[in-house]
Amino acid sequence: MSTTRFRPSRRFWPVCAVLALAVTAAGCSSTGGRRAEEARAKAAAAGGSAVTTPRWKVAMVTHAGAGDAFWDSVRKGAEQAAAKDNITFLYSNDAQTQNQVQLVQAAIDQKVDGLLVTLAKGDAMADVLGKAKAAGIPVITINSGQEFSAKFGALTHIGQDENSAGQAAGAELASRGRKNVLCVIHEQGNVGQEERCSGARSKAGGGFQVLYVNGVDMPDARAAISAKLQADPSIDTVLTLSGPMAATGLQAVQDAHRSVELDTFDLGPQVVAGLKSGSVGFAVDQQPYLQGYEGVDLLWLYKSNLDMLGGGKPVATGPQILTKDDADALAEYVARGTR
Amino acid sequence: MSAPTTPDLLVQDRPAALRRLLARPELGSLIAAAAVFAVFAAAAEPFLRVSSLGTVLYAASTIGIMAVPVSLLMIGGEFDLSAGVLVTTAALTSSMVSYQFTAVTWVGVLVSLATTLAIGWFNGWMLGRTKLPSFIVTLGTFLMLTGANLGVTKAVSGTVSTKSIADMQGFETCRWLFASELNVGGLTIKATVWWWLGLLAVGSWVLLRTRFGNWIFAVGGDAAAARAVGVPVARTKTVLYLGVGFGAWVLGQHLLFSFDTVQSGEGVGNELIYIVAAVIGGCLITGGYGSVVGSALGALIFGMAGKGIIYAQWNPDWFKFFLGAMLLLAALLNAYVKRRAERGPR
Repeated sequence: MSTTRFRPSRRFWPVCAVLALAVTAAGCSSTGGRRAEEARAKAAAAGGSAVTTPRWKVAMVTHAGAGDAFWDSVRKGAEQAAAKDNITFLYSNDAQTQNQVQLVQAAIDQKVDGLLVTLAKGDAMADVLGKAKAAGIPVITINSGQEFSAKFGALTHIGQDENSAGQAAGAELASRGRKNVLCVIHEQGNVGQEERCSGARSKAGGGFQVLYVNGVDMPDARAAISAKLQADPSIDTVLTLSGPMAATGLQAVQDAHRSVELDTFDLGPQVVAGLKSGSVGFAVDQQPYLQGYEGVDLLWLYKSNLDMLGGGKPVATGPQILTKDDADALAEYVARGTR
Repeated sequence: MSAPTTPDLLVQDRPAALRRLLARPELGSLIAAAAVFAVFAAAAEPFLRVSSLGTVLYAASTIGIMAVPVSLLMIGGEFDLSAGVLVTTAALTSSMVSYQFTAVTWVGVLVSLATTLAIGWFNGWMLGRTKLPSFIVTLGTFLMLTGANLGVTKAVSGTVSTKSIADMQGFETCRWLFASELNVGGLTIKATVWWWLGLLAVGSWVLLRTRFGNWIFAVGGDAAAARAVGVPVARTKTVLYLGVGFGAWVLGQHLLFSFDTVQSGEGVGNELIYIVAAVIGGCLITGGYGSVVGSALGALIFGMAGKGIIYAQWNPDWFKFFLGAMLLLAALLNAYVKRRAERGPR
């Protein structure tokens, strides 16, 4: 039965190491990469804070999952506003509601001077926000949960109502004459994603279907979208709900050998490249950077001058419809991760 | 014409080929795969098109590439819960090394291979050293990798996804190797399918035709007995973990070179899918029994069920329910056939 022995030669690993070194030495790319990025970057001036108010501490607690590019932009905006406003910025996130509640409680325990929270699953946050209020901590809600914001005692809400964003997308789809739209939900059970699709459905006019895919497995999502396109030849538009999923959707359209327009919510490098080349029709942006930046900045205004933008009414950061005309101007900001 | 009286003679009654077939661990999954195929062939008209076959094969291959080493590991009696995020680690490493050192993408690809093998070795070494259950060891690795994928990417790139390396030297050749596609009369076959078939052939050969294959069965069946007859138990298991590292490397490179950039939060949960594919394919969850070809059938069932539901245009709200029910049925059928085969003729 047994015909071969398993026993790597003693020389196996040294040979591997030498090979790796040799390839490394010969292996510098003359195009792209970090060197190119550094060549582009003109050493942006790193400055200190712009104000002389006391060093306040602001915490942001979101319902973001780990490693999501969208929330990275929110955080970047908040961090840059904090640097400017002489604020110590604390960030934490957890996709599970009960864990997010605990993180908010932890921020209250740290006696922060201001609190930014997302209310993706609104009612669960009522108690803990009550505690923040009792502790005298000003709260601003961002991104999601506009309908709960005032009820829970927040100063204001900064974000984009998902349903109206969906409607904006739907209206744009209708004006482009799209006949049969496939809306791709990459997180089954996510309320915001359902709202985007149902908002788009209400204004799109033509046929409208929803497809659920696995957002943490791109090859699987890609195969699922192309399977759907193969199964239903009447689909002429794919609508994705995030930047990375738009990139995957573009691959799937190619796989299915169909000339289908792809439109998306949110931005990303591939989305901007797609807008430019015409493979992406339009993108609905809610400006995540602005949600973080304005969140921190409005807390600073409130602490230093008792100001509140919009008199406490929700402040909208979107929906902004971006098309081919905007692609060139956007590319630079998308590349640095702030759009 | 007298009827045989002893059970031994009864067994002789069946043709030798049939008996051998019934004893194969993958028989149940073969029947289950045929059943799933029949269901969707009947329920979904587009399912039988040539272009659909390409899509199903692609979905199956991305599971199957990992199911080969995972099934070998399970036959060897161990788990690897870090296999899902290890794929993402492989893609991230390759991308970041190429980008940050402005190196030809092949350099990143090789460093990535070294990294995944090192992590596989770490799992095996920890297992041999600590005698902790592999469930715990690899759960620890899973959590560490999940954190490191995010933490390192953010620290190095400044964002949670990697930068595009599509404009770098070597990208086109790497893409050819890991993410190209071949058109054969309307059927699009992706590179992952070739990798899958290659790994399948090698894995099956190692398991069935080499001494190392015997060692795998031995350490999975009874580690103490295997040690007693001179099988290097710890080393065998370490090599099996290296195999998982290699599979993760292949799939990770596909991820990178077909999507250009990689999000650091991907891959969580896929480790369970690889294990399920191996189990459907006839691998015992306790080790010592199973086959590599079976794992391919498991991956195929996953690919057919997942995409078949879409071709059949069933209500998407119930997507996961259908998928779960389909898998459970396949596994039950598989277990039933296996029991019948083991019980032998009556």
